[in-house]
Amino acid sequence: MSSDQSPRLPERDRPWMMRTYAGHSTAKASNELYRRNIAKGQTGLSVAFDLPTQTGYDPDDELARGEVGKVGVPVVHRGDMAALMDGIPLGEMNTSMTINATAAWLLALYIVAAEDQGVEQRSLQGTTQNDIIKEFLARGTYAFPPAPSMRLIADMIAYTVEHVPKWNPINICSYHLQEAGATPVQEIAYAMSNAIAVLDAARERLGDRADELMDDVFGRISFFVNAGVRFVEEHAKLRAMGILWEELGRERYGVSDERRLRFRYGVQVNSLGLTEAQPENNVQRIVLEALAVTLGRDARARAIQLPAWNEALGLPRPWDQQWSLRIQQVLAYETDILEYPDIFEGSKVMDGLVAELLAGAREEMAIVSEHGGAVEAVPYMKAALVDSHRARIQRIESGEQVVVGQNRFTETEVSPLTDDAEGGILVVDPAVEAEQIESVRRWRAARDQQAVDAALAELARVAAGEQNHENLMVPTIAAARAGATTGEWAHTLREVFGSYRAPTGVGEASAAPADNELSQLREEVAGLAEKLGRRPKILVGKPGLDGHSNGAEQIAVRARDAGMDVVYEGIRLTPAQIAASALQEGVHVIGLSILSGSHRELIPAVIGALRDAEVDVPVVVGGIIPEQDVAQLKQAGVAAVYTPKDFDISRIMHDIVGIVGAECNGHGPSANGSA
Amino acid sequence: MSDGTPTGSGERPTSAESEDQQREDSVGAALGKRLRERDLSAAPAALNLLESNTTADREQAAMLLREVSPAALGGEAQGHIVGVTGPPGAGKSTLLSALLRAWRHPSDGESKSVAMLAVDPSSKRSGGSLLGDRARIDFDPADRGVLIRSTAAGERLGGLAAATRAAAQALAAAFDVVVIETVGVGQAETEVADVADTVVVVVQPGSGDVLQFLKSGIMETPDVLVVTKADLGQIALATRRDLSAALRSLGTKATRVLSVSSVPPPEGIDELIDALEEQRTGTDIAARRLRARRKGALLDFTAEHGERGLRALGGRPAAERLLEREDVGLDTQALVLSLERVAERADSPR
Repeated sequence: MSSDQSPRLPERDRPWMMRTYAGHSTAKASNELYRRNIAKGQTGLSVAFDLPTQTGYDPDDELARGEVGKVGVPVVHRGDMAALMDGIPLGEMNTSMTINATAAWLLALYIVAAEDQGVEQRSLQGTTQNDIIKEFLARGTYAFPPAPSMRLIADMIAYTVEHVPKWNPINICSYHLQEAGATPVQEIAYAMSNAIAVLDAARERLGDRADELMDDVFGRISFFVNAGVRFVEEHAKLRAMGILWEELGRERYGVSDERRLRFRYGVQVNSLGLTEAQPENNVQRIVLEALAVTLGRDARARAIQLPAWNEALGLPRPWDQQWSLRIQQVLAYETDILEYPDIFEGSKVMDGLVAELLAGAREEMAIVSEHGGAVEAVPYMKAALVDSHRARIQRIESGEQVVVGQNRFTETEVSPLTDDAEGGILVVDPAVEAEQIESVRRWRAARDQQAVDAALAELARVAAGEQNHENLMVPTIAAARAGATTGEWAHTLREVFGSYRAPTGVGEASAAPADNELSQLREEVAGLAEKLGRRPKILVGKPGLDGHSNGAEQIAVRARDAGMDVVYEGIRLTPAQIAASALQEGVHVIGLSILSGSHRELIPAVIGALRDAEVDVPVVVGGIIPEQDVAQLKQAGVAAVYTPKDFDISRIMHDIVGIVGAECNGHGPSANGSA
Repeated sequence: MSDGTPTGSGERPTSAESEDQQREDSVGAALGKRLRERDLSAAPAALNLLESNTTADREQAAMLLREVSPAALGGEAQGHIVGVTGPPGAGKSTLLSALLRAWRHPSDGESKSVAMLAVDPSSKRSGGSLLGDRARIDFDPADRGVLIRSTAAGERLGGLAAATRAAAQALAAAFDVVVIETVGVGQAETEVADVADTVVVVVQPGSGDVLQFLKSGIMETPDVLVVTKADLGQIALATRRDLSAALRSLGTKATRVLSVSSVPPPEGIDELIDALEEQRTGTDIAARRLRARRKGALLDFTAEHGERGLRALGGRPAAERLLEREDVGLDTQALVLSLERVAERADSPR
């Protein structure tokens, strides 16, 4: 390097947009939180909606029980959106909404809230996540079947590209794929395949105008990625994605404008790798993961939100989230990373990693394409993810993959961070749900019902019409304006589109190679079968609206590999459904998984329903269950509780076999129910 | 209960009476009786018993089955046993959800109680199984007129476990409709045909499998062929046409070919239900079930005692003749017992 050529940039780069994924309890409480976060230096908003809002149910729906205001804010109608954004200038703010199945609806509410502030939709900036394929694959908050879901996405793209031109109508999410166990190659390949499906649908939707608008559409597609703690390889992954994206734009969609070909992404770093054991270690994991998405200028994130150190324990408090925001600020304002051009340019290691990932991803993309594209390949991809996740868990169980504080260096002092009464997490006031139910009833009573009925009828008419005919955004915005609710909008569309259950991936998951551990487990299960007179039968399912099914799927697959008969019920179950299934199926044990924090309400409800159905079998519970809730659950009648620190699934299986065995000793030689 | 019990002993000494008394008190007999009285809530426990293989439970199961045998019922069980089979992805679960809705809430006429036995393949390596069908069938958990039970196929590939056949026969005493759902075409379809009154094969548009199987004779012709996803239009029509042509060229009887669409608004579901009903009234159910019980008994006997057992009976044709001589009201389990008695006598030194 010659002396006149400084290795520095002539001017320090502007930092990325800093966000905190936030929202809980009510619109009003969340609005206060947003204002405080902005005062602390946060530069964009990231709205977390509660599960009823994400899946299209009002707070007074049976399925919403226990979930209202838990993992995010309930937004039921335009009044809620106005309260949520009160005092925040929507013409200037950049708002990211983690919303998918009901994205069109929430965007409509946002547009109406802007109107109320006197802001035109043209000037709105932000992102709706709106990636339905990954909901089918990993996150579970879908509402409609694949075809109409893709139509909603295409309609939103077609609408925003003309009327809300600064809006990113969709964030292609590879984030949740990594959470579901994806390897870097799978993360790249499935995200790109997903993008192809979306862009193809958009091109078809635009019809005659595709030539004119496709450049703009391509330029508005952004990604939402993940970064794990292997941060060098993770950085390479992002560079590889940038190369593939540009290639795709040029070759498949004929885009030539350099600006529009740029790979733009926001990021939330990995939550899967965050541990419940010695949770303070998560802070350094988060810092290192943040480096993966900031170090190299050529593949740096546009927007970052970091998880909190205590996410494996429960919901983070404002203070925990502040800590994560401060990590970003230290990185951007104290370190020198923004002062240089791309620091990996010319690095043989980095180029080699990128080449390796590109080759793997291209191969995997070809397989997805052979299946007929991402929508058709959902069952294939789902099964592949379940397999990868299982492999990951086995590496951790065997100690091959080190997780500090969890499978190695486990000796620890007592953490002062989790010393308070709630164990260092946020607990949402259970009164919130009743309040919200009351509030939505008041809203329905006070509005112009005729106008709402007419708006919903119009929505149904457009939905039932031919595709590519009328854009669903138009009646959706009208319904938002008229005062319809989230549940009513979704119900109207469910009536037309039908409802849907995504493939679970567990049926296709291949059998695990038998190691010693598994062989021993199989023997135990065989012995138990002998005692019971038939194979031990386990019901695995997820009550409530939480769609994070990875844990439940792994339990189901391992139980099968151990030789049990597994009734896998999937997600979104009511207590009554679980009780009916347990009775009809004649199971010996029930395994429930909840990650949304609704276990305090839902588990006792399930146990009550089982009692009513006279099903007397042990119930075990797994998920993000704070330590101080364990006693309460056991008192309610739960036989065992497993939390993220119980990472060894084989141990859980041994335990379950023991529980069923003890039960059957207590009840005589055959555990055949007495219904 | 004694009015319909299988006879054969002739005299009724006191010891038999106390045996009767015992049987009446037994869990199995009590469950069988409740099923006979159409008490649907007895079904889950009855199925637990029928699936069990402990000696004590098997004795109870035999008593249960005796209570719902044609002899005890005074005729064949009234429920319609419908086998539904087809390749994975053909849309069976969606179709079954639609059928379930239509049976429970018909546009006219009375609602029917429905039991569904969903058979999933077992993992050959571990013996365990993942029974995922239940999650794909929509049902109202509060509806006491519906029972869905997932069962593993057991060791034999594509086969029906003996317990599933027994379960279908027992449930037919209590439920109006008993559906056995299996995966596959060819083998699975044949096994279902051995126990069902009516066999439905489900095909999705554009899949040539069934056509191939039909032509090659691997598959017996089903009673009803259903082409799903009629909403796909042209391709669904073409598939239906091909199937009809293949059936004509085979010169087969009245196999109905129907198109259905389960996406709203559903189409063809009522027509399918009518076709099932017509098929049923046009079949000699008693003869078909008698054949099924005899075939099932021979299968179960062979599974238990192997070729050696068969030889003790004097070979397969001799065994078949033995079964034909038995009372037509006996249940499968009782038929197996009588074969076992003969085999024992033959085996014991003269």
